[in-house]
Amino acid sequence: MADDPTVEVPRTVRAPVLAPGHTFATVTDKISAIVLSRRTTLGWVMGFGVGLLLTMVLLGAVSYLLAKGVGIWGINMPIAWGFAIVNFVWWIGIGHAGTLISAILLLLNQPWRNSINRFAEAMTLFAVMCAGMFPLLHLGRPWLAYWLFPYPNTMQVWPQFRSPLVWDVFAVSTYFTVSLLFWFVGLIPDLGTLRDRSHSRFARAAYGFLAMGWRGSARHWKNYESAYLLLAGLATPLVVSVHTVVSFDFAISVVPGWHTTIFPPYFVAGAIYSGFAMVLVIAIPIRKYYSLSDMITMRHLENSAKIMLVTGLIVAYGYLVEGFMAWYRSDEFDFFMMKNRMLGPYAPLYWALIVCNIVAPQVLWSRRVRQNVGALFTVSIIVLIGMWLERFIIVVTSLHRDYLTSSWGMYYPTKWDWFTYVGTIGFFVMAMYLFIRFLPMISIFEMRTLLPEAEVEAEVK
Amino acid sequence: MKCAPIFGLLAEFDSPTELLLAARKAYAEGYRRLDAYSPFPIEEVSEAIGHHHSRVPLVVLVGGLLGGIGGFLMQYWVSVLNYPINVGGRPPNSWPAFIVVTFEMTILGAALFAVFGMLALNRLPMPYHPVFNVERFAFASKDRFFLCILAADPRFDRTQTEQFLQSLGPKQVSEVPH
Repeated sequence: MADDPTVEVPRTVRAPVLAPGHTFATVTDKISAIVLSRRTTLGWVMGFGVGLLLTMVLLGAVSYLLAKGVGIWGINMPIAWGFAIVNFVWWIGIGHAGTLISAILLLLNQPWRNSINRFAEAMTLFAVMCAGMFPLLHLGRPWLAYWLFPYPNTMQVWPQFRSPLVWDVFAVSTYFTVSLLFWFVGLIPDLGTLRDRSHSRFARAAYGFLAMGWRGSARHWKNYESAYLLLAGLATPLVVSVHTVVSFDFAISVVPGWHTTIFPPYFVAGAIYSGFAMVLVIAIPIRKYYSLSDMITMRHLENSAKIMLVTGLIVAYGYLVEGFMAWYRSDEFDFFMMKNRMLGPYAPLYWALIVCNIVAPQVLWSRRVRQNVGALFTVSIIVLIGMWLERFIIVVTSLHRDYLTSSWGMYYPTKWDWFTYVGTIGFFVMAMYLFIRFLPMISIFEMRTLLPEAEVEAEVK
Repeated sequence: MKCAPIFGLLAEFDSPTELLLAARKAYAEGYRRLDAYSPFPIEEVSEAIGHHHSRVPLVVLVGGLLGGIGGFLMQYWVSVLNYPINVGGRPPNSWPAFIVVTFEMTILGAALFAVFGMLALNRLPMPYHPVFNVERFAFASKDRFFLCILAADPRFDRTQTEQFLQSLGPKQVSEVPH
């Protein structure tokens, strides 16, 4: 009926976003109960335990790295940018979906985002934390990482502001700060709800401290809404700019395969692509184990799948243009790089990436697949693997055989590379588990606004 | 400032529409020191109690300008005045290369001002506020809507204001002690 333009049915489109039958009270109770009264299940403890264990692996790998230096990794000339940068780009890309959901979809007035923005933003924060670890560890002397920032120092030297690596420092640290602020501002009213609902003294004190005395005053809401919308507006250019700046790390150089103008848009599309895959990988188990399928409905999964399909096609276009330009530019080094990428020693990874990123997601054209939770989960995992392979191919194949034949080489990750990488996945899992346990994973106050009863009746408006 | 024996009177409502009507009537009655509480933002209610303009946008603009100008000047000072280095023959003030950091600092400045400005304008964090003394107020963060007329309002009168609030058809009217 919503499709019939002649019948005015205001906002019925919302219905499938939140299953009918909910009221302010049920929405509040259901989401806050997950945090406040639900007992910690064995499943949670086990999932958290796996995350914790892998985080210990990360700590071990990092400790050994600090003791021995980056030589324990597989990096060497000519590939000085191994896993560290592959994983950095991969993780930071994953974060982008959270910002897109929370900021761009808010500005575009897409109410379906209200049930997934909170955990998507948490995902962004944790992904950026994982991402940030890699370049810091790759510095060689991570304890001097503060040298990256311009601060008055006795050495009288400053960061080189013409270098994309310095731009990256600013882009990523701004991105993290703004994401954190946005996430926290969104949490304030819900922390107030938890404060008022919790029975234990400690929980009330903790949530009360974080809620800072929020009381839902109309005067406060006015400023709050204004600040929230402006933050969304400020975060929107960040969605586009962060991965653009990351791609500058490559595109500003003169290495064949990196020095191209397609990089920024195609990096951004790839970021959103892998980010939505991660959103699905998180949302699908959450809605099952916490019985939230009335709040995270099929519509959310389908919409995310559609965004994946679109951004996946943009990424496919990026690959196509890379191939075309390598031929059209008539530069023998570029042409050789492409040939080497497709047929050289890393060719299996290249073709695996094409299968994962371009071929596999085409099943999402089918509505039946988009409605099938298991299939969506599988495709999302494949896309995450594909996007990781893409970063690997970009970083490694361009460097390993460039202009000078005498300086060709191969790159093989060591077990320490793998430990560090798997360790960050463990850290991400652990942080997500903690977040789900201690904070409302769905924005309660924004869910209330989705209810029909939240509307002020038309005649009094 | 004269200290009233109580903070004000709090009326509880069931729906956003009731709250809005009550807020409008109270404003029309001449009450100006009043506040409404709801579990989610209702734009019309903020308007009804006379809070039309938020100063947050101005604060954000100032933050963005400070961040942007400060970001550029920092790079200019470092690269032109304090320690000029010739990189690939670029002029010391190679401004196109400074755009990214200037942009990021603009966003950072604006976002920090947005959040801390909003908190400051709302006088948060506020560890104590009298409305929390009313037990039912815990539902303001769940599914109830409250209208509070402050005792500091010049038109406030303990009995008349209570009668007025009762006439609005609330679930309950309660006294808010200090």
